[in-house]
Amino acid sequence: MDFSLNKREELFLQMIRKFAAEEVQPLAAEVDDQERFPIETVEKMAKIGIMGIPIPVQYGGQGATNQMYIMAVEELSKVCATTGVIVSAHTSLCMNPILEFGTEEQKMKYLPKLASGEWIGAFGLTEPNAGTDAAMQQTTAVLDGDEWVLNGSKIFITNAGYAHVYVIMAMTDKSLGTKGISAFIVEKGTPGFSIGKKEKKMGIRGSATCELIFENCRIPKENLLGELGKGFKIAMMTLDGGRIGIASQALGIAQGALDATVKYTKERKQFGKTLAQFQNTQFQMANLETKVQAARLLVRQAAWKKDMHLPYSVDAAMAKLYCAETAMETTTKCVQFHGGYGYTREYEIERMMRDAKITEIYEGTSEVQRMVIAGKLFK
Amino acid sequence: MEKSDYKNIHVFVEQRDGVIQSVALELLGKAHELSADLHEKVVAVLAGYQIKDQAQMLIEYGADEVICMDAPELKDYLTEQYTQAIYQLVMEYKPSIMLIGASTIGRDLAPRLACRLNTGLTADCTKLEITEDMQLASTRPAFGGNLMATILNTEHRPQMSTVRPGVMQKMARDTNRKGEVIDFKPTFDESKFKVRLVKNVKEDKGTVDITEAKILISGGRGVGCKAGFDKLQALADVLPGAEVSSSRAMVDAGVIDHARQVGQTGKTVRPNLYMACGISGAIQHLAGMEESDLIIAINKDKFAPIFGVADLGIVCDLNKVVPLLTTRLAKEIEK
Amino acid sequence: MNIIVTIKQVPNTNVIKINPVTGTLIRDGVPSILNPDDASALEMALQLKDKFGAHVTVITMGPPQADAICREAFAMGADRAILLSDRKFAGADTLATSYALSGAIKTLDYDLILAGRQAIDGDTAQTPVSLAQHLDLPQVTYATNLEYDGQKLCTVTKETEEGYQILEVETPCVLTVLSSAIKPRYMTVKGIMEAYDKEVEVWGADKLDVDPDRLGLSGSPTRVKKSFTKPQKQPGEIFEVDPEEAVEIIVKKLKEKHII
Repeated sequence: MDFSLNKREELFLQMIRKFAAEEVQPLAAEVDDQERFPIETVEKMAKIGIMGIPIPVQYGGQGATNQMYIMAVEELSKVCATTGVIVSAHTSLCMNPILEFGTEEQKMKYLPKLASGEWIGAFGLTEPNAGTDAAMQQTTAVLDGDEWVLNGSKIFITNAGYAHVYVIMAMTDKSLGTKGISAFIVEKGTPGFSIGKKEKKMGIRGSATCELIFENCRIPKENLLGELGKGFKIAMMTLDGGRIGIASQALGIAQGALDATVKYTKERKQFGKTLAQFQNTQFQMANLETKVQAARLLVRQAAWKKDMHLPYSVDAAMAKLYCAETAMETTTKCVQFHGGYGYTREYEIERMMRDAKITEIYEGTSEVQRMVIAGKLFK
Repeated sequence: MEKSDYKNIHVFVEQRDGVIQSVALELLGKAHELSADLHEKVVAVLAGYQIKDQAQMLIEYGADEVICMDAPELKDYLTEQYTQAIYQLVMEYKPSIMLIGASTIGRDLAPRLACRLNTGLTADCTKLEITEDMQLASTRPAFGGNLMATILNTEHRPQMSTVRPGVMQKMARDTNRKGEVIDFKPTFDESKFKVRLVKNVKEDKGTVDITEAKILISGGRGVGCKAGFDKLQALADVLPGAEVSSSRAMVDAGVIDHARQVGQTGKTVRPNLYMACGISGAIQHLAGMEESDLIIAINKDKFAPIFGVADLGIVCDLNKVVPLLTTRLAKEIEK
Repeated sequence: MNIIVTIKQVPNTNVIKINPVTGTLIRDGVPSILNPDDASALEMALQLKDKFGAHVTVITMGPPQADAICREAFAMGADRAILLSDRKFAGADTLATSYALSGAIKTLDYDLILAGRQAIDGDTAQTPVSLAQHLDLPQVTYATNLEYDGQKLCTVTKETEEGYQILEVETPCVLTVLSSAIKPRYMTVKGIMEAYDKEVEVWGADKLDVDPDRLGLSGSPTRVKKSFTKPQKQPGEIFEVDPEEAVEIIVKKLKEKHII
């Protein structure tokens, strides 16, 4: 068993850390404050290849591992969770299902432009009445000649508006329940497809989160992704991959909070000594450090299984659950260490705590993760 | 090579458009001090075109002798022309020590010359001394200013060192000093002249030499942007002899020109007052300004390392303090 | 067109700290990096590669660990990497280092040699200039821009204290590049994936066109007599006050020191 990074991964980490520090971190506070999608960062990431890390070379990707992909999401999220989720949603939720379930024509049509970062990708499953109970899809797709006609709406869609390609779940046969759900590829600008209200959020405020509206939106018949009626399965498998990405985002937030707090507590003096010299600080920080490292091992294991093409659904659920809860606990405690300053926007720890909360909610709430884990446990 | 054949301290006199640069006079001052320990002459090496009339000034600033190389080839500094000329001069006069200013000219010339002479060179020295056995000991910062190293060149001659402008101090000009002025005519191998100067552009920044300023109002990352620097400029405008300078962060951000950068990769300054506004005080920056007479630091971050070298530290928002200070000082100075 | 870029692995001096008790450098845990000016020189070479299809070779002298910066150069886009590594090079000052580099470069085909202005561990700016002398090539230092005509002519912008100069020089020549002028590109993910599939050529002294006595310590005229850390200055008074009070304190100090 080998837990060390190989030389290639070390070089990759060096690059991504430098990029995060120089290009992403300086914008993090502004992107949060202005609720602005950092499109210039996406363009820079595209140039380097960060928008297509685990996609095979023949589809225009970098041919790197999922392990490297999650390292990128962690490092980006350490300094800006918004940037982390842009990459995660693009990679795990859009490119990944096209890669795994798409026809050769679909892969050749969409993946090169997505993996190069020329296009951004998004994924639409959640609806006003289909959140955790995703089977309650009300968006419909009806075949009319050579075209599918979509009607309905999706909410809370990451990268909406900026994305060119959307993987959309819709009901093709309501009588079949989850087996009546199918997946489709919808391109930006298709008549009848529009972007609705933009959410004002607590955290990851630079990420574009919007409603998608389909009003007699007609797409070519060949834009069905995977087999008819397999949409729910595709969505669930896609979310398994997405959970590794979000787990890494949460891990990045937690690590970023820890780093900032170590620095702060070594400088800040009260009662004549630095906070770091108090045993309470040391013990609590030691606990957090341990949890963050445990979280990292869980997410690395899940990514490793995915790279090895082993079943990883439960591993992803455990990683996502534990990373998200660790991020929330770590950021909350780190704000506490910062005292009053930590509650102000002058210190990034305030943003990190707001950013952490979503990781317990999206890509399946912590409760959903427990359902997945328990499902295997009590099988 | 017979070491005992080598005598005297030569100082390369840097001139630009016929104007002797301050660093040359600073080096003459230092060479004058060293000559007292070494019991050798200070020789100014003046190279240029139609510049001989400036030789007397060099004597008044500490030279015992001036060797003047007056040639049209030496009008503007070009590496090969100058290296050829000085190489011949060294072979002829055999100095034991050769000091050169660590300007863009000196740092271009000195290594080329040292290599051609197959001798050692110590760059950017902050301290020069003569050891008990009459060697030149050159002390310089390394590792970004974290470490000081004292370097000897025991077996080769001349012992060459460069010193950054502003580090040494000129001696007071003494118009009664007398010395000999010698002409030396180098021959040139023009086939080696491969670099052509197309134009020499002096930008607005050229009119400002922050190493000459008595007061520096210096801005760092905390100043933020161009508008922030305008506030510092307003403060500099009310203080006679004040200029605006900056840390590296602001130069890299494109807010201010490199010519105004203080620090390891910028200039070394020692003004009467250095006011550090929003500068955290990385060691590379401190290396360029810690010799200032009075350092006042204004920074919101009370943990900023700049406070470690400041004579007076103000933990406050510079964007509020600077405009108020400007108004107040304008009134004070009017009085 | 063949371009050689000289590079160096240096400790990141930004994170070096002094042990307050012993007064010595703490080098443990200090990452080694590609020298910033060298990264910009490599960038200048890669821009010529993008434009003219140049072949870019990086060359460095150092211990076997300097392999890391060669891989980094590959990941940025360099085509070939040569690492001069031999105990005979140890203890070299800038004169002996530049001599060894010249001995390697003499065996290669090149039109242009690009180097960083200076390395952040030594800050001497001497090696590339000495290299130009050893190779009997013209040099332009402090280059911030290069216009190449695709044939022989380099039009170089050189930064000076007063502004800048435009200089013309024909290849082959040596240019030293400022990091503040050209931002180096990031390694690409693709470049990183391929970097370890390429070979870093490790050359010993016997592979160079040199006189062995002029290598390493024996070829170095300068010797470090001693090294020490600077004594720390005692900090002055620090006040945490509101802006109005701050102004009063500053004005008082300026009067006391006769600045105003």
